[in-house]
Amino acid sequence: MRDNVLVSTNWVADHLEDAKVRTVEVDVDTAAYDQGHVPGAVGWNWTTQLCDTVVRDVIPKNKLEELLGASGIDNDTTIVLYGDNNNWFAAWAFWQLKLYGHQDVKIMDGGRKKWLAEGKELSADAANTPKKTYRAKDQDDTLRAYLPEVMEAVKNTSASLVDVRSPAEFTGEILAPPGLPETCQRGGHIPGAKSMPWAKLANEDGTFKSDAEIKALYDGVGVTGDKPIIAYCRIGERSSHSWFALKYLLGYKNVKNYDGSWTEWGNLVRAPVEKP
Amino acid sequence: MKAEEYTERHETIDTWPIHIVTYRLGDKYYCTIDNVDPGARFARAEGATREDAERVALEKAQKYLRQTRRFPTAT
Repeated sequence: MRDNVLVSTNWVADHLEDAKVRTVEVDVDTAAYDQGHVPGAVGWNWTTQLCDTVVRDVIPKNKLEELLGASGIDNDTTIVLYGDNNNWFAAWAFWQLKLYGHQDVKIMDGGRKKWLAEGKELSADAANTPKKTYRAKDQDDTLRAYLPEVMEAVKNTSASLVDVRSPAEFTGEILAPPGLPETCQRGGHIPGAKSMPWAKLANEDGTFKSDAEIKALYDGVGVTGDKPIIAYCRIGERSSHSWFALKYLLGYKNVKNYDGSWTEWGNLVRAPVEKP
Repeated sequence: MKAEEYTERHETIDTWPIHIVTYRLGDKYYCTIDNVDPGARFARAEGATREDAERVALEKAQKYLRQTRRFPTAT
């Protein structure tokens, strides 16, 4: 299962000239791509290109089709995503591509950090991609949780809620990761949620831990895949990383990403909040 | 072009642990700082020397971290 969705930095280096493969960099720091990127990689800006810029939502279907077509991607292309912050937004892009039904999408294990640390070749040139035609499927809502479903899960314990933020965010000691702007009115977590910070799933070099290690971590907090799982964080990108691990590394069938996350829940009037 | 003189280290600013990555690309040095937990990059800078890049990135990191509030966790 892991081999279908994760590739190594060496695999990417060996496929730089492969016409069937399109490498895409998606960073938190949207300026990073311009410093230097994997040769031939396209850069996507998560703040403008992987969302609806008017309504709070994922990228609309027609915009995704335009983006992929302009990136030299058609429905048969193998898309390899990578980025900074241990692939947070690469995972966010992966989730959206799966929402719209792209078949062959993978993540470069370790992301930008590992590529740089290994001293692999970088290019500052914009990718020269031939335009292609892409047809996206309708959004697959089995991969996405919305507020009413999360409220139902709180009420009926019908799903395991996994909070992947840091322990200090989970307890409400802080409202946002240190150094970043606060984006909610209240701290704490959704009642009943289990804390499993995303970083526990990653090795020091940014690669994912083994499936057995990840499974043991989730087993330890009682998240076993015996009922639906909903992962959330602050805005949905860290939880994409955990969603990816739960669904594609551990193979749990019913895993959703709640991209409304704490910026939605932590701002709702009268929403129940658990602390610590 | 490759990332050269790549270094990583951990420090603390006002009790907040930070992780500093610095490297050279061509004739510029780049420094990025993340907050360790959860690992979000929140300050970066570039400069003609390693010291310049790190100094500016650390100044930004200090400024942003000072805006982070801690709240009591008891209900």
